[in-house]
Amino acid sequence: MRSEPRVELMHGVPSILPLRLEAVSFAVRGKPLLTDIGLEVTSGQRIMVLGPNGAGKSLTLRLCHGLLQPTKGRVTWLGAGANTPRRRHAMVFQRPVMLRRSALANITHALALQGIGRAQRKEQALAALRHFGLEALADRPARVLSGGEQQRLAMARAWALRPEVLFLDEPCAALDPGATHAIEEMIQAFHRAGVTIVMTTHNMGQARRLADEVIFLHHGRLLEQTPAAEFFEQPRSEAADAFMKGELLW
Amino acid sequence: MGQENAFLAAWRLIVELDPALVEIVILSLRVSLTAVLLASLLGLPIGAALAIYRFRGRGAAIVIFNAMMGLPPVVAGLVVYLLLSRSGPFGGLGLLFTPTAMIIAQTVLILPIVVSLTRQVIEDLWQEYEEQLRSLGSSTARAIPTLLRDARFSLITSVLAGFGRASAEVGAVLIVGGNIAGYTRTMTTAIALETARGDLALALGLGILLILLTLLLNTLAYGTGRFAQRTTG
Repeated sequence: MRSEPRVELMHGVPSILPLRLEAVSFAVRGKPLLTDIGLEVTSGQRIMVLGPNGAGKSLTLRLCHGLLQPTKGRVTWLGAGANTPRRRHAMVFQRPVMLRRSALANITHALALQGIGRAQRKEQALAALRHFGLEALADRPARVLSGGEQQRLAMARAWALRPEVLFLDEPCAALDPGATHAIEEMIQAFHRAGVTIVMTTHNMGQARRLADEVIFLHHGRLLEQTPAAEFFEQPRSEAADAFMKGELLW
Repeated sequence: MGQENAFLAAWRLIVELDPALVEIVILSLRVSLTAVLLASLLGLPIGAALAIYRFRGRGAAIVIFNAMMGLPPVVAGLVVYLLLSRSGPFGGLGLLFTPTAMIIAQTVLILPIVVSLTRQVIEDLWQEYEEQLRSLGSSTARAIPTLLRDARFSLITSVLAGFGRASAEVGAVLIVGGNIAGYTRTMTTAIALETARGDLALALGLGILLILLTLLLNTLAYGTGRFAQRTTG
């Protein structure tokens, strides 16, 4: 557990972390999709959630982020800052949804939803765009931006929200290598600012570049939570070993 | 009067801006546009709420609004007539046979159209937006203005459908308005009356104007929609 000072984003506010999932199960119409997941996310880590399609990676992220409620078990934020009303974790989706308004207005809208005052919104939104060199996009209609630009805008929007934890659900799955690189740079910028990263990816090169820790899911079960160096050297579970060797799993 | 002469006379009435004709056109537009405005103010949020809230009886509400899209204008007129007539619950207001009564009847008539078409549009958009908006911290209620705003180009069509129905119907305004010359006579009721009386020129003139006005309004709506869409994506 690292405890870098979070100068840029947190201003000494108490942390919402750690995040703990206890015996979390999720079923749809009686069909179990996640079974008995237990894990803990601590501060400052970059956690990659790996596993084949249908393993339950995206579901796990959505449960952590509060978009879904577990059928059984508990998702709890244990930190002292967890009781503040503002949600201090954000999520970036595979395909970002942009509203039919300018790039800047997309960010100010998100800030408005967080209850941030009108005067402060524009300033904070522009600062987020500038932080990633996107200020040229500010007045462009967000919907006509390219896929890569939209995803970068989604990252800037998440940045403007000043989250302590950022969930990313295959943020680069629809992007070309250049855009993928840009997103990875942005993820590292979040990391340097002390934001905890929890991300799913099917790109093993990306997982190796970014991971401090790996969570491996298979058939809705968590098979291991292992430090990245160790996981990529030799996974503990047979399924993860087979997965890494590219053998069929399901 | 032969039909050929009727055409010529109709054109003359239009070109010379015959005062009786102008008066009828203005009243018609006032009634129908006010009804569309009211039906939109009510129908857009109701339709959006119906699209995204889950509650008991939602399915029934959707079916009823869908069915009411086909509500016969004379029936809508009859219901409003009963409500506004001397012995009805709102009889004391003295609204029967006034333009206000006609506005109420047309609002009742087109509200289901605006609600149902809005619900369909917003339901589709919510599919796309729900996770993102919830992730950003939007409540369901707070999502309604966001969704209406983002669906604005599609919603122009639902509002136009409402206007089309309002401007075209005869039955409702005839029953609650009474077709009083110079007071509650609209284009459609005048056409019905003048045709029956044999004044084909006035009937035809009004018919042509009604179609032209509808075309003009739709052109404006389409044009502004396309222009706005190009500039905002």
